[in-house]
Amino acid sequence: MSYIWKQTIPAGGKWSGRIGRGKSVTFTAQESGANVSVLLYNIHDLTERYNMPDTLKAQHTAHLTKGHVLMSDNGRALASIISDTIGWHDTISGYTTRSLTHQKYGASTYQESRNEWRRNGEENFSMELLRNGLTARDIVPNLNLFSKVYCDEEGNMNFVSSHCKKGDFITLRTEMDLLFVLSNTPNPLDLRGTYPSVPIEITVDEAAPVSSDDYCLNFRPENKRAFENTWSYDLLLGNKTLSTI
Amino acid sequence: MAVFNRVESNRNIENAIYDETVLAGDGWMHELKPGQALRIIDIEGNQAADTLFFDAENLEDHYSAVSTIANQGNIYLSTGTVLLSQSGKELVKIVADTCGRHDTLGGACSAQSNTVRYAHDTLPMHNCRDTFMLQLSKYDSRYTKRDLAPNVNFFMNVPVTPSGGLTFDDGVSAPGYYVEMEAINPTLVLISNCPQLNNPCNNYNPTPIRLVIWDSL
Repeated sequence: MSYIWKQTIPAGGKWSGRIGRGKSVTFTAQESGANVSVLLYNIHDLTERYNMPDTLKAQHTAHLTKGHVLMSDNGRALASIISDTIGWHDTISGYTTRSLTHQKYGASTYQESRNEWRRNGEENFSMELLRNGLTARDIVPNLNLFSKVYCDEEGNMNFVSSHCKKGDFITLRTEMDLLFVLSNTPNPLDLRGTYPSVPIEITVDEAAPVSSDDYCLNFRPENKRAFENTWSYDLLLGNKTLSTI
Repeated sequence: MAVFNRVESNRNIENAIYDETVLAGDGWMHELKPGQALRIIDIEGNQAADTLFFDAENLEDHYSAVSTIANQGNIYLSTGTVLLSQSGKELVKIVADTCGRHDTLGGACSAQSNTVRYAHDTLPMHNCRDTFMLQLSKYDSRYTKRDLAPNVNFFMNVPVTPSGGLTFDDGVSAPGYYVEMEAINPTLVLISNCPQLNNPCNNYNPTPIRLVIWDSL
């Protein structure tokens, strides 16, 4: 796979960075059983961020896969899922905390465990948010790439353990300039008693512009209107839109 | 279909310390002290009471939908649900519920999300997030749009299927149904009585809710 930038996040690790619009961002599981918790913000207005309810209800879905658009709380398309080998990514289970991580995997400290210290989503997010001028107040329901959590008729949430295989990947196309905040920590509903040890590789490349036959654009009429909102925003800012329509 | 957990309250309205009707499209913000109970009554049925909670001792710590549902392993809120803040603090507990199912995945309507869901020309219509912002702006100048976390939709039915679908359904709430919650810690409750005119779940007819508060038993 070609790329202009590549980074591996080890298990327990975190990363934040700004990725401009019109890029393809591919996350690849280096082993089976991956989970990477993701928060997304508009670089130019950090109060605009990924919105789980708006994303789900606009597309009448409780899971995310190819064709779905990640929508902001301002009705715009932040990014679209342009490829996905796994068919289901979670956005309703949240992220781990220190107390949950200790409870599930046993207490660990850096003093004893050094780089095997079991870190958690809340603290990873908090550190990377502060680095970017935000605080824990800005944590919102996040994406959990590579995790499948389905609900039965009674609403009980079920984590599927064998969902993610080594080499599975998902590619997001950025529709706006985005701040990514990432934590490679387990899904809070993961049933395994052992802290997963799965590195994630991220590659970033240029994406082709959005054409009139784009899969994500045409996935639902709601998606097209979210793209149109993003393009209007670009035009008012004096940016060229990334669409070829 | 889920088995509804219908639990009626022992509290008598004659003993309440507060009793207000909030019209559709209006907002409401009130602090509950530990042990106080708030009942929200769906007067005419099929209304959505979009509700957010904040830790009254730390205004920046808001309700967390994902922590609340992951903690109980179930996406629907009903009797027994403890609503958690972002930091994991227990804010309120649902102690009675004659409706049986309340949503916390669907979020609140906004002018912007209305343009995505329905049509661009819905932008000027009334919506819950504007109501939330008006209430927050009157309450404390420290509040900003950052504090608009995904909320609870009392009386709204948003079923999720095992194959990952999500729909807005009618038929769970009815006139007089209510949900009652007790504050565990000092909690600010923010309500937008939903003005949505584009969604069949309230039969395109937003109606009033009644809010009743009791002191601790």
